[in-house]
Amino acid sequence: MEEVWQGLVKAFELLGSLDPELLEIVGRSLRISASATLIAAVICIPMGSLIHFNSFPGKRFLINLIQTFYSIPTVVVGLFVFVLFSRAGPLGDFQLMFTPTIMVIGQVILIIPILTGLAISAFSGVDKTIVDTARSLGASGFQTTFAVIREARFAVMAAVILGFGRAISEVGLALMVGGNIKGFTRVITTAISLETSKGDIVLSIALGIVLIFIALVINIALNRIQQR
Amino acid sequence: MSLIETVDLGLRLDGRDILNGINLKIERGDVFAVIGPTGAGKTTLLRLIDLLETPTSGRIYYDGADVTESGRLRFEIRRRMAFVLQKPTVFNMSVYDNIAYGLRWRGKKRADVKKRVNDVLELVNMATYKHRNAKTLSGGEAQRVAIARAIAIEPEVLLLDEPIANLDPLSAQKIEELIQNIFHQYKTTIIMSTHDLPQGRRLAHRIGVMMNGEIVQVGKAEEIFDRPLSRQVAEFVGVENIISGKVAARDGQVSTINLDGQAIEAVAEYAIGEEVFACIRPEDVTLAPTKMTSSARNTLVGEITKMALSGALVQVEINCGFPLVVLVTKKSVEDLNLKMGGRVYASFKASAVHVIRKQ
Repeated sequence: MEEVWQGLVKAFELLGSLDPELLEIVGRSLRISASATLIAAVICIPMGSLIHFNSFPGKRFLINLIQTFYSIPTVVVGLFVFVLFSRAGPLGDFQLMFTPTIMVIGQVILIIPILTGLAISAFSGVDKTIVDTARSLGASGFQTTFAVIREARFAVMAAVILGFGRAISEVGLALMVGGNIKGFTRVITTAISLETSKGDIVLSIALGIVLIFIALVINIALNRIQQR
Repeated sequence: MSLIETVDLGLRLDGRDILNGINLKIERGDVFAVIGPTGAGKTTLLRLIDLLETPTSGRIYYDGADVTESGRLRFEIRRRMAFVLQKPTVFNMSVYDNIAYGLRWRGKKRADVKKRVNDVLELVNMATYKHRNAKTLSGGEAQRVAIARAIAIEPEVLLLDEPIANLDPLSAQKIEELIQNIFHQYKTTIIMSTHDLPQGRRLAHRIGVMMNGEIVQVGKAEEIFDRPLSRQVAEFVGVENIISGKVAARDGQVSTINLDGQAIEAVAEYAIGEEVFACIRPEDVTLAPTKMTSSARNTLVGEITKMALSGALVQVEINCGFPLVVLVTKKSVEDLNLKMGGRVYASFKASAVHVIRKQ
């Protein structure tokens, strides 16, 4: 107990003194996950609108499939990315293994299902007559889609925030394809995992507090959005 | 050339005819009302005219151009029209932005948008609501925003689907006044649907009666109300006495029609022996306790079988060989001492009888 208490005190000291190593890890985590979320959003919001606004055979099945992948284990995505990008893999020539880039790619793949699925739900929540209203006012196909996205903006934003939350808090994928290289691919979760196993729980606790703080900010943001 | 013309327009969905053989011509500056019972296909017709849906048969022409097939032309033509849906739908943004949306989609300059939106806000009397979120408005206010948004783009054709269907009487009256204002100010061609006959009569120059996916009669309001072409239309426009009979004799313009043993005279030119329906509006019949000498050619005697309040009037049903419904004022009921089971004389002119050939 004593150890934990000391850990907590030191952790706050680290946070208070803005420890360079801590800041670097937090900064990298935010950069990687924010990039992944942004890329996934650019892919998923139009994809979600395409799925929602078009009728095609197997649509229901596709949506079920997407929802199934909401909770895909991060290590499975890690394995998939590893197989693709390892030296012997089909995309091995890009030599992306153990770089921040591959971590972004992995996180994009990880959150595509949840972002797409939640985007589809967001569009389903928009009044059906909005599409007719927009078209009858002379909106083109693109303008109509944009109008619907705009109507669903709060729910879409909530989807994006949830996607970011999933990306920044995962560890299996970052560890497998990032490799937790100090000063290069080490992020909050992999650092906690490593430092704890090394017995240095001070940095782990400090990073854990940062992660919980990020989760808190995400939740507050979500709540505010959902109240609108 | 008509502004809009439909030729044998039809829509078939899931093996069922939603619309069938619609032939309409709408002229520029027309105020045309499609009236008919709920589910007759009025909304679908408006959607086809607004090119939101593609017909499965027939053609549709706009200003002489065939716009039946989808493509660029349909989009361009749709931009010359505006459609206000039955359910007032507003975007989750300010009243101002709602009205500006259609203009922005057309790439209008900021200053022009501002001027136009402010003008329209004045017209619909909602200038003070400018910055309110449109989602917080009442049904009537939202409908006014929807109409304002539609006229902001200065459409050649304004389509209104049941514009007062879900509104309280006061809001409904405001919307009606607004529609009249729009027409007087812009001379916009208006096509509206309604199941409210008096509204159609008040607003429209011409009316098309729609039943079961077909237009069964087109004409001026008086024509439809006074001379319905079929039993269906007569029932819909509120003719309560539709009695089956046969033409027994003819003398020039006047025919004698046998209705269940009672002979009445009507201004109608049908051949003897023809099966017909005689339509008599309840308000065209007068009642008297004794036989009167009047210019009315038909006087029937009967027993009062039913009396019921109908608004400010009393609906009296008399059995004179066939049931005849008559509308009288409450005062008349007292003056004439009308009572259930009492005998009474009912008179009406030969010209008050509208005769329809049985189909």
